[in-house]
Amino acid sequence: MSRENVLVSAAWSEENLQTPGVVFAEVDEDTTAYDGGHIPGAVKIDWRNDLQDPVRRDFVDREGFEKLLSAKGISNDDTVVLYGGNNNWFAAYAYWYFKLYGHQNVKLLDGGRKKWELDGRPLDKEEVVRPATDYKAQEQDLSIRAFRDEVVEAIGNKNLVDVRSPDEFSGKLLAPAHLPQEQAQRGGHIPSAVNIPWSKAANEDGTFKSDEELRALYEEAGFDGSRKTIAYCRIGERSSHSWFALRELLGYEDVKNYDGSWTEYGSLIGVPIELGSGKEA
Amino acid sequence: MTNGCGAPTQGGTIEVASTETVLEGKVLSEGTPVGGAFVRLLDSTGEFTAEVVSSPEGDFRFFAAPGTWTVRALHRTGNGQAAVSAEGPGVHAVEIAVA
Repeated sequence: MSRENVLVSAAWSEENLQTPGVVFAEVDEDTTAYDGGHIPGAVKIDWRNDLQDPVRRDFVDREGFEKLLSAKGISNDDTVVLYGGNNNWFAAYAYWYFKLYGHQNVKLLDGGRKKWELDGRPLDKEEVVRPATDYKAQEQDLSIRAFRDEVVEAIGNKNLVDVRSPDEFSGKLLAPAHLPQEQAQRGGHIPSAVNIPWSKAANEDGTFKSDEELRALYEEAGFDGSRKTIAYCRIGERSSHSWFALRELLGYEDVKNYDGSWTEYGSLIGVPIELGSGKEA
Repeated sequence: MTNGCGAPTQGGTIEVASTETVLEGKVLSEGTPVGGAFVRLLDSTGEFTAEVVSSPEGDFRFFAAPGTWTVRALHRTGNGQAAVSAEGPGVHAVEIAVA
């Protein structure tokens, strides 16, 4: 895997808005930003309503994903370029999700909406309608998705990378600081996890740091490249961002995202929790 | 359904629990509110903690903890930052001028 296969720049994107076979999709939890102006021609994917099961805490199933992509006019052969707000968290989550259901030709727009807006690139409010397709998804590729039992077993064995902010890692905060702190789960982190905040992988404008900078970041923080890895955060989007950096940009092979993340782990009865800054490696 | 970590819409008034430490204010350019700025909350070591997009009226809000913080705004017209110290729970006001 290399950077140019998985990441495109805002400049490249602006030049390829009309390119046949390239579909831009904006992904966010709150889609009012899309409604107020989106990249010309981009379709909208609503993280909450399109990608999450409305009842159980899980993803839409394979059929649901096929229905969604067919309705959005995305075909199996299309190159899908994903971008969004919140430093591309939800776009990175969708990238992981597309890979989970076997769509290989997917890329992230480096920097997402933030970089696009800071550059002053065009946005419009045109309604985007693409002819429906007959999209076929694969069974979930569970080599990139971790579940809770696997996470408990990984304590002390695999790299557990906690990508939340240091205050969430230590147990001081229970959610990112733009959200209210009244939460049901306990505070802290999974024992033996190293804290490498997702934000350290990104520049201020939302673009990813260079491969050299990323490699130095993870190595200095105690990430062991010879071990298997599970990344987690509070709910799985920020860890998708770091999963992307580790697996797609740096090419580490066995890297999973734990989408249950702290909202699941911190609610489990009987599992160990570590408080404080942990074992700084 | 479990909510994601996306930043909520900024501005308006909210009920603040007595235990919450809220940092809020406006992004301004020569006294005029700047909407659509990317406002970043940095901790006392300068480490990124959170980011929101300012409302059309320039408003932003963070749920933090007592301590010393920096709020930094990025906008295509310019950047700026300000320090804010929260001694304890409550609402702490801060303005950021961008240029």
